[in-house]
Amino acid sequence: MADESLFEFLHMEIVSHIFNEQQSSKGEMDNKDRAACISLLEAMGFRVGQGLIERLTRDTPSFKDELDIMKFICKDFWTKVFRRQVDNLRTNHQGTYVLQDNKFALLTQFSSGKQYLDQAPKYLAFSCGVVRGALSNLGLESVVTAEVSIMPSCKFQVVIQKL
Amino acid sequence: MSRQSNRTTDSKKMNSELFTLTYGALVTQLCKDYENDEEVNKQLDKMGYNIGVRLIEDFLARSSIGRCQDFRETADVIAKVAFKMYLGITPSVTNWSPGGDEFSLILENNPLADFVELPDNHSTLIYSNLLCGILRGALEMVQMAVDVKFAQDSLRGDNVTEIRMKFIKRIEENLPAGEE
Repeated sequence: MADESLFEFLHMEIVSHIFNEQQSSKGEMDNKDRAACISLLEAMGFRVGQGLIERLTRDTPSFKDELDIMKFICKDFWTKVFRRQVDNLRTNHQGTYVLQDNKFALLTQFSSGKQYLDQAPKYLAFSCGVVRGALSNLGLESVVTAEVSIMPSCKFQVVIQKL
Repeated sequence: MSRQSNRTTDSKKMNSELFTLTYGALVTQLCKDYENDEEVNKQLDKMGYNIGVRLIEDFLARSSIGRCQDFRETADVIAKVAFKMYLGITPSVTNWSPGGDEFSLILENNPLADFVELPDNHSTLIYSNLLCGILRGALEMVQMAVDVKFAQDSLRGDNVTEIRMKFIKRIEENLPAGEE
């Protein structure tokens, strides 16, 4: 068992490393560079999500449909990874899901409110990747984005890509 | 699967696989970012240091451990309290130097290195070097300069993983000029 504060510090170091690395090679960062950093973090999360879901579903009966998978993500997966359940799951029944977490684990270190909203995306990219990686290994290709309107609550939007 | 079980016992405990895999993703990324293992080792140490200087505060607050009398006590606290609290393992403290300023932490299993195999072209990579940085950073914040390095690593074929720590000196508090 590891400790969450150690993970939080590691995550912060990863985020700052990725951004520093980009900055030192480019000098000035524009929006495109920032987007590159975000997608790099997302890709790292993706790989982690893929590995995690394999281990977490080892003893789980197979899922009967998409909604069943999403429920598993919101309950078991979220509890194992982000240490609480998703507070609210909404769907339009056409492949779009909104997962709301009112106290998202990786945002609790920020002061609550709106002051640091612009910093939020870089601390959420990794988690978006984790969720996308998990879904991908369960056979669902998706696009996962996160949105914060007030810290530390966060909405993840999952759009399943129909093949 | 016994879901719901020991969840409430300690809310600070988390899935260690998440930590292990995330660390793996970081090392992989560093290997892409830098040309050689040396640079990666250095960067891991630096990141560990940054973590250590902040982690010590969390540690002191949660463990309510007071001042250590000597380096031996420090060694015990690191092995039995700190490693236990953050990684869930208790390394053994051995191989004391005659002067009592140097010892080894032996890790029977290293949670950072679960699921890891080093590829042949990374034979000089010190995979878990983050730990050295953390220890160095944390101890520096309690006025102890130490030298920390891996002496053996089971990832590289050794039987155990051994971290060697050497006490260098006490850091004197230097008040900024003009403040007394």
